[in-house]
Amino acid sequence: MSDERLFTLRNVWFRASVGATLLALAGAALIGFVWLPSAQTDPQFQGIWNAICSAAGVPRQWYQVGTPVTPGYKVSTVELTPHMLDDATTLSIGRGATLSLRCTMCHGPRGMSEANSPNLAGQFASVVYKELQDFQSGARKNAVMSPMAQNLSDQDMRDLAAYYASLPPAARIRGDAPAIVAEGAPLRNIPACATCHGGVDHKVGSPWLDGLPAAYTKAQLAAFADGTRHNDISEQMRNIARNMTPEEIDAAAAWYAGSAHQ
Amino acid sequence: MLNNKRLVLAHFWLAFVLFGVALLLGAWQMLVRSPLHPWLHDPELYYRSVTEHGTVMGYAFPTLIAMGFGYAVTELALKRPLVGVRWAWLGFVLLAAGAVTASVPVALGRASVLYTFYPPMIGNVFYYLGVVLVVVGSWVWVALMGVNLAAWKRENRGKPVPLAMFATTAGAYLWGWTAVGAAIEVLFQILPVALGWRSTIDAGLARVFFSWTLHAIVYFWLMPAYIAYYTIIPRAIGGRLYSDAMARISFILFLVVAMPIGLHHLFTDPQVGSGFKFVQSVFTALVAVPTLLTVFTICASVEIAGRLRGGKGVFGWIAKLPWQNPQMLAVALSFVMLGFGGAGGLINMSYQLDQPIHNTQWVTGHFHLIYGGAIVIMYFAIAYDLWPQLTGRALANWRLMRWQLWLWFVGMIVTTFPWHLVGLMGMPRRMAYFDYSDPALHAQASLVAISAVGGLILVISAILFFVVLWQGHRSPAQAPEEYRFSTPVHESPVLPAALNGFALWLALMVALTITNYGYPIAQLLATPDTAVPAIPIGAPR
Repeated sequence: MSDERLFTLRNVWFRASVGATLLALAGAALIGFVWLPSAQTDPQFQGIWNAICSAAGVPRQWYQVGTPVTPGYKVSTVELTPHMLDDATTLSIGRGATLSLRCTMCHGPRGMSEANSPNLAGQFASVVYKELQDFQSGARKNAVMSPMAQNLSDQDMRDLAAYYASLPPAARIRGDAPAIVAEGAPLRNIPACATCHGGVDHKVGSPWLDGLPAAYTKAQLAAFADGTRHNDISEQMRNIARNMTPEEIDAAAAWYAGSAHQ
Repeated sequence: MLNNKRLVLAHFWLAFVLFGVALLLGAWQMLVRSPLHPWLHDPELYYRSVTEHGTVMGYAFPTLIAMGFGYAVTELALKRPLVGVRWAWLGFVLLAAGAVTASVPVALGRASVLYTFYPPMIGNVFYYLGVVLVVVGSWVWVALMGVNLAAWKRENRGKPVPLAMFATTAGAYLWGWTAVGAAIEVLFQILPVALGWRSTIDAGLARVFFSWTLHAIVYFWLMPAYIAYYTIIPRAIGGRLYSDAMARISFILFLVVAMPIGLHHLFTDPQVGSGFKFVQSVFTALVAVPTLLTVFTICASVEIAGRLRGGKGVFGWIAKLPWQNPQMLAVALSFVMLGFGGAGGLINMSYQLDQPIHNTQWVTGHFHLIYGGAIVIMYFAIAYDLWPQLTGRALANWRLMRWQLWLWFVGMIVTTFPWHLVGLMGMPRRMAYFDYSDPALHAQASLVAISAVGGLILVISAILFFVVLWQGHRSPAQAPEEYRFSTPVHESPVLPAALNGFALWLALMVALTITNYGYPIAQLLATPDTAVPAIPIGAPR
């Protein structure tokens, strides 16, 4: 038996197993790459070679697009990645501190607002950077901020972002979160606020909201809901804000402002 | 004769201790997600627990069982001392160290990426290093199975390899090859990002590599159970194995077609062509063949036992079976769960039928029923069968064993049947929170609550399992009978070379990997701009 040669066509086990495998493979391939795709009427599947390429997953253009539809307003063009503004230098932070002197009237001398403007102390650098870019490009509009951002260079924005990120943030808000913050409303497509804005997790580009004045939060949610603010990528916040009830907006704004704890 | 009892016992005990911890986590997850418990307000805790549960139950627990059982089979079936005992201990140490290394970052919330990794999420580097250690430790075992078989063959030229060893080696080779996919993913895609050398990752390609491992790993988990069906059960219930050749063909078929089928996990992924999905769907269907062969052969073997005990008529032999014997009970309960789970699996693997249940709780129900049910109950049976050999003390409390097996069966049915139903109702898997007060989800609430009760029953069963093993260690010492595996009805002194070795089958396995995975992988590697920024999980925030 030890003399029995296995890898030869004379061996019945070899013939049967290799033959059956090839048969199964060829049959499955014929159905999967030729027959099933041919049942489709799209032009990408017409003809045997097209059918095979489509079924194999060769990248191809699906629709012959003419000119893409452009929105009637400016959209944000900022691309953020998780670590793009990490490792700020002290030089950058120092430049940012100098530049920030023109921001203190509204955002406070150390980034803590007393004028219902957003707190910037401890804010993620990517958030400050993105909003400044959007104010400059017109993707986000504000009577005060749009002119302020007009003459900032890219490096200025990075420096300001680095400076504000280096400041001690407002006290963290924890506990007793209202349902909209902790759970969202999944069936209305509203994720929990805390999954992006702090409390549970943070997502790139989403601001840290702890300590944010309630009037500001409410105003922004209203602006997202009616579309006057539209620098959120893929309408994320607009879709959320449109589905929130006024009570939910009040609850979220009050909780992040910390008033629930006072 | 077992020479390395401590080696085998160490594997089994570490496996069962880890299993106990992960089982508690699983039961807790079911409770906190159910309407019986208020919302945690922190999904991260839930995903942390899911990651640990999956990592232990998917990687550490079954691997340790397969290794421990494999070493036992090597000595008991080949009737010669294990070659490479030091290497075996090294493998064990690697596994234990890997389990700890991976678990620490998970416990700290630094790697809540679930055991299937899900790039572009990237957790702490030590999590992945721990998993690598587990896999490397298991590869030591794969090599040792091959080495021991070769050593035996040199001394026994031309003789048939004992079935238990043949099957164990088939399982080892299957694991050795199937682990390569995830190993490539972790070593070349995930680790460079986790170490901070790169910031982007091709998530689609990573998913394809993982699917290479993802389905055949299930058959690796299943191998010890199937080996027990063929080589322990017929002997334990006083019967004969119906067909030795059928058993070998089943294990060979698993080796060849269990691996190049993982794309059925990616039916809704856009980065793989539909043609390859269909081909792999067909090969997935072929895996039903060795399972059906096994069900037939084992039922026939059990019938032999019933008739030897005086059973008559078409069904009369069933009543005559030794139902008081835990092994008989285990195989019967295992087959019931295998039947239901297998039927659900046929739906999962069908390209079209999969659509309504893809990524729903149905899938979780399916693999818990097959793996947690049909397979793990046989792990218990293997432990019950081997414990007297390992400890030199009898396991006499059959009544408690039967209670344990029944509770496991009932618990798993109560857990998984509602999961299948809520899956059909559209409940997604991998969710930490459901608002059952919402009218759209309200109908699912009672089913989810029932499944959480199932989890509690499973915990009670596991406690009984530990009590049985502990009683075994405490009972008076007595020399065990010489261990033997089941004998077939017809023992053939010679076997065709194809049924006595693996060369042909390994060649077919690798060839099918190339035909079924070659193009999708090559295409994704060649397509530019497919990488996305990695999402760090559990980074300080």
